[in-house]
Amino acid sequence: MKKDLLGIGDLTRDEIYLVLDTAEAMREIAERPIKKVPTLRGKTVVNLFYEPSTRTRTSFEIAEKRLSADTLNVAVAVSSVQKGETLVDTARNIEAMAPDMIVIRHASSGAPHLLSRVCKSRIINAGDGMHEHPTQALLDAFTIREHKKRIEGLKVTIVGDLLHSRVLRSNVLLLTQLGAEVWVSGPPTLVPVGIERLGVKVSSSVDEAVTDADVIMMLRIQNERMHGAFFPSVREYFNVFGMTEARVRRAKPDVIIMHPGPMNRGVEIASEVADGPYSVILEQVANGVAVRMAVLYLLAGGQEGD
Amino acid sequence: MPIVLDADRIGRSLTRIAHEILERNRSLDELALVGIRTRGVPIAKRIAAAIHDENGHDVPTGALDITLYRDDLMRHAVGPQPLVRKTEIGFSIDDKRILLVDDVLYTGRTIRAALDALIDFGRPKSIQLIVLVDRGHRELPIKADYVGKNIPTSPSQSVQVHLLEIDGRDEVEVTEP
Repeated sequence: MKKDLLGIGDLTRDEIYLVLDTAEAMREIAERPIKKVPTLRGKTVVNLFYEPSTRTRTSFEIAEKRLSADTLNVAVAVSSVQKGETLVDTARNIEAMAPDMIVIRHASSGAPHLLSRVCKSRIINAGDGMHEHPTQALLDAFTIREHKKRIEGLKVTIVGDLLHSRVLRSNVLLLTQLGAEVWVSGPPTLVPVGIERLGVKVSSSVDEAVTDADVIMMLRIQNERMHGAFFPSVREYFNVFGMTEARVRRAKPDVIIMHPGPMNRGVEIASEVADGPYSVILEQVANGVAVRMAVLYLLAGGQEGD
Repeated sequence: MPIVLDADRIGRSLTRIAHEILERNRSLDELALVGIRTRGVPIAKRIAAAIHDENGHDVPTGALDITLYRDDLMRHAVGPQPLVRKTEIGFSIDDKRILLVDDVLYTGRTIRAALDALIDFGRPKSIQLIVLVDRGHRELPIKADYVGKNIPTSPSQSVQVHLLEIDGRDEVEVTEP
């Protein structure tokens, strides 16, 4: 593994499998009476979240605590950032207190890469703008592999707001690297130009995209990133692109439905589907802790050439 | 490369250990075997099979990975992290008499880590230690209760246990650096 986890693009196929296999071993810790191992004792991890997040921040914090790391959460809303401090200055100040790892979530794409250049600490990208969210893609792959026993050769359909989604980018990079056939679908206004160059098939018809799919992954409509009218109304969006039971029936009978959360029920996904038997949305959350433990453990070691 | 134990001697050592376990533990109901990954696991299974052959009793058997408990993990940040594998203990260890199994007893540090790991799973009534080979040079106050063979070694030598289940042959050899 490299020093930092900035994106899926940095990982080789073997490294992806190493994370997934390590996560498999980590998962058992959640079933013990004492859900804690001493592995990262004495290591300090700073969670620097510049964007609201419940799931990812909680998941990282639980993962850190289960590995016995000392964790520190910097809530930007009440920090010096509000007083005008730049990201690099904040990072340098935090680094002066000698943490071992910094987990960063930022609204600007590339923020973790900037930190990576100025910090000696290991940097983990917990989502940067519209760029990448590598641990989400890893936990999605873990969940898929658990259900399908493989990733190669599967048809994975990703539907929704493709333009603003870092989850999409990380997932496409990971799934195509492991040999899955990835289809994407969404309103033309929310399909980034040139997305087919990532090796995915694009369809404006959700019905076509989900036909015979092994996995359907729904993406959230990210209102907070939308500055303009991308579709006429929520109701129309649901009619044309929402995941309904009728659409799920076009996929393979053993299809699994995923969503990185938080869900907009009745916008991108119908409640019957989100709560249906094929939904693995809560398993994704549980697996997220194990996958993040694996990433923290693997990055805490040395690198080649150290 | 002298072979210090061949397949036959390994087999007989494990059968003898099974007999010693039966002699020393009156109530078999409380017994459980936990093998330390990698090679402690097949040894634990063989001892369970030997006990079964002797009196038909099935001793529950689990597998313990101690990587996350190692005391040398974060000490020198050189090279990639050791591989973590699954711990599989499919029974409660509370109030059990645990028989911890490893292939080679050397510094005692692996056993220290294994004891810490086990305690996180519950509160066993007791923990006893079984090893196929004791090669000496302890760095911690740890002693085995059942030993297949004591092999005097120098610290520069290396003891290699090969087992059918993993390596395709049963053999213990001592190699020089």
